[in-house]
Amino acid sequence: MRHYRKPLAIAVALAVAVGAAGPAVAKTSGQAAAAKAAARAKLMAEHRGGTFTMLAKGAGGSLDPQINYTLQYWQLYQSTQDGLVAFKHAAGTKAFTLVPDLAVALPKPTDGGKTWTFKLRKGIKYSTGATVQPRDFLWTFQRIFKVHTPTAGGFYSGLVGADKCLKTPATCDLSKSVVIDNKAGTVTFHLVKPDAEWLYKLAVPHASVLPWGTPNKDMGTKLPPSTGAYMFTKYDPNHELVLKRNPNFKQWSVDAMPDGFVDSIVQKFGLSVEAEVTQVENGQADFLFDFPPADRLNEIGTKYPNQVHINTLFADWYAPMNVNLAPFNNKLARQAVNYAIDRNAAVRIFGGPKTAVPSCQMLPPGFPAYVAYCPYTKNPGSGKWTAPDLAKAKALVKQSGTAGQKVAIVGANDEVTKGMLTYLQSVLNSIGYKATIKPLSSNISFTYIQNTKNKVQISVSQWYQDYPAPSDFLNVLLGCGSFHPGSDTSINISGYCNKKVNADMQKALQLGIEDPPAALKLWTKVDKATTDDAAQAVLFNPRLIDFVSKRVGNYIWSAQFYTLVGQVWVQ
Amino acid sequence: MSEVAAIGDVGQQSARVVGRSPWALAGRRLLRNRSALIALAGFIVIVVACCAAGWYADSVAHTNPFVSTVDGTTLIDGKQQPVMVESSGGLGLGVTPIGPTWDIHHYFLGADSQGRDVAARMLYGGRNSLIIGTVSALLCCFFATLIALIAGFFGGIVDQILSRVLDLIWAFPVFLLAISVSTVALTSDIPIGPITLSAGSIWLPIIIISVIYVPYVARPIRGQVLSVREKEFVEASIGLGASNLRLIFSEVLPNVVTTVIVFFPLMIATNMLIESALSFLGIGVQPPDASWGTIISDGQGLLYTRPWVAIAPGIAIATTVLCLNVLGDGVRDALDPRARLRVGRR
Repeated sequence: MRHYRKPLAIAVALAVAVGAAGPAVAKTSGQAAAAKAAARAKLMAEHRGGTFTMLAKGAGGSLDPQINYTLQYWQLYQSTQDGLVAFKHAAGTKAFTLVPDLAVALPKPTDGGKTWTFKLRKGIKYSTGATVQPRDFLWTFQRIFKVHTPTAGGFYSGLVGADKCLKTPATCDLSKSVVIDNKAGTVTFHLVKPDAEWLYKLAVPHASVLPWGTPNKDMGTKLPPSTGAYMFTKYDPNHELVLKRNPNFKQWSVDAMPDGFVDSIVQKFGLSVEAEVTQVENGQADFLFDFPPADRLNEIGTKYPNQVHINTLFADWYAPMNVNLAPFNNKLARQAVNYAIDRNAAVRIFGGPKTAVPSCQMLPPGFPAYVAYCPYTKNPGSGKWTAPDLAKAKALVKQSGTAGQKVAIVGANDEVTKGMLTYLQSVLNSIGYKATIKPLSSNISFTYIQNTKNKVQISVSQWYQDYPAPSDFLNVLLGCGSFHPGSDTSINISGYCNKKVNADMQKALQLGIEDPPAALKLWTKVDKATTDDAAQAVLFNPRLIDFVSKRVGNYIWSAQFYTLVGQVWVQ
Repeated sequence: MSEVAAIGDVGQQSARVVGRSPWALAGRRLLRNRSALIALAGFIVIVVACCAAGWYADSVAHTNPFVSTVDGTTLIDGKQQPVMVESSGGLGLGVTPIGPTWDIHHYFLGADSQGRDVAARMLYGGRNSLIIGTVSALLCCFFATLIALIAGFFGGIVDQILSRVLDLIWAFPVFLLAISVSTVALTSDIPIGPITLSAGSIWLPIIIISVIYVPYVARPIRGQVLSVREKEFVEASIGLGASNLRLIFSEVLPNVVTTVIVFFPLMIATNMLIESALSFLGIGVQPPDASWGTIISDGQGLLYTRPWVAIAPGIAIATTVLCLNVLGDGVRDALDPRARLRVGRR
């Protein structure tokens, strides 16, 4: 109980403050909320209607919300699917705030952080007309394992009985860990151990509710039932994806699932990115899902500055180095690579200094537990990268005794990654290695670099946050538990497993429940330790350039799910 | 001119060329074909230019076209300027490589998205394209002739098996086959006897292209072999007790070799196009090596700002293929017996 003292103290202080302020404060906040609602209603009356047309090079794969793991559709699910909790539909990092969605309130865990009980809102309906019931959650969470949700083993393996479900998905039974009470309208989760990030994991689309009886197989192009403001009405992966208003939707929380402005959202597929830019310029479409091509950036930045939105991403472009294979099984060799890389050059390849920020560490700026740290630069100390130190890099290679070794750099064969590979090859050759590059099809490169059987020495990869917790970068990418030799899904690409650092990670995860500020401090320490161990060379933190048509209004950027497509208006 | 007089002229011409070998006659015909000669000269110029790639890069442009130089500078109008220019207008988005300077010492055709000299890469790329085109055409024609000779000469079950194998290869969509083989080779090395094909090896596109076009060359040659096999002089040699080997290489091969020779320049052109397409798709020549196809692929992302990166290798491919096709036509005209009449009339 000692560890709950801080939040409790804050709660008591708040209660005292509210009590002291008396009814005046309550009245003021009530008036503010009413004014806000009135303003929104006015905007809704003025701007409601129209079609928001998005463009994407290709479809995003299965439409199954428990299977799809692409930003392309996660951006849409935020307006169609609901879980027990949600990330707030708000601008910037305010979107990291968790709000109750299908649940009435955010619960406090019991049993030392292992039990979470949610009370469901009443009367919420699916687009099919059926009512959301507690038993749907049991079906939904069993389905996560039965359809092999990509995060089943990562996010939801903490459920009691999940280990059996992972081994034999077809017979998955979670009735003891997802306990439903239809009469009380509650859903209770029992975890094997405390998980401070459980609410985050419930807020991502993979945990969004589906009706009892939803087939336990990938929906593919079939349309999933929605509980949100919009529902899917057509999906042709060769042509378009259409969303229209959900006739059964009644807004219950403007923070969790606000009503949308446009009547329909259409995502069209098949154009080249160049053609997409031209269509948005001409007003034939409203939004570009893909990153604008490098040779159009100057044009859109100078001719259409008011239609361009530059957004900070919590993401890394990095070069994982295999700590179990020569030459990068030598820490000095890995540090040499870190010293040699000119992050500014990498940023230039990506699209220039407005599109990315050089970095040396896994945690991106502004992220919880982030404290600027960069030892791999000339004149270190400020925490920021300033310039490469080639002399030091060469000295380290010499000291490591790895000079002259052959190194193959692997990555996807898209334009930017290929550029990074070529650049890294030049860097490695310049410090004494014999480097070659191996660009692979984007379809296979990500799994290829993860599998130890392929003996990848160094690669180029990217990581975008799933939810705003340091563990999503550090534990996921560098924890011992994320390293699975011989598997295509070994997201710890470098195979880094420092037992001391890993113990700190586990301690930080535990502390997240008991003492969040202390946990953040520990994560900062882990970030520093992993940077020093140099299992990867972080290149930069990318930014996202959103290019919208002239008619698009109310553009809101959420740090969690990016553009709030349901909140834009087109008239 | 009356018909009789014309026949008489032909008779006189025939009398004049008596004693010359068919090859000498073909050579004479080729030398009289101006289009073919211009094409040959053009092709030689391209080959020489590409062979000088190393010299141009080292001694003229002073650049390494295989190394990323995104932070490099170059001299333009006496001033050092960055090779990659950061946008200074509007929101300051984007970095654009410098365009053509038309100065052979400094980024003559500009830079690509890695800040590399496009002109130097063009020459190196041309060398790779020519090597792949020529070697694959050689291999293709060699194996196609061998298979055609065996299938056409022996006939029967041998012909049946070989013809079906050729049909099988030809039935495969060319690019699908090439993509499949390339993808496997790029992810894991392919051992072929003592040789191991590894990712990035120039032998990979060479072997792929030469294999997929064997049926294209072999089938018409096999047809010719079938025809020649039934000729009287072959029957006569059989009657004299000549061995199969002697029959194939002394009697049949000399009578089909002209077809192979006609095919050769045309196959170089075709194979260069295929190589460009494969490299454009990312499964031919692997970066940082260049071929004209990879340079077009690199330039695809710069079409709006630096179109020359894609246009220049496109022109090079078109010119080379045009030269080879015209030359191929000239060789065909020179070797085709029906062309003798035209020579006779000149």
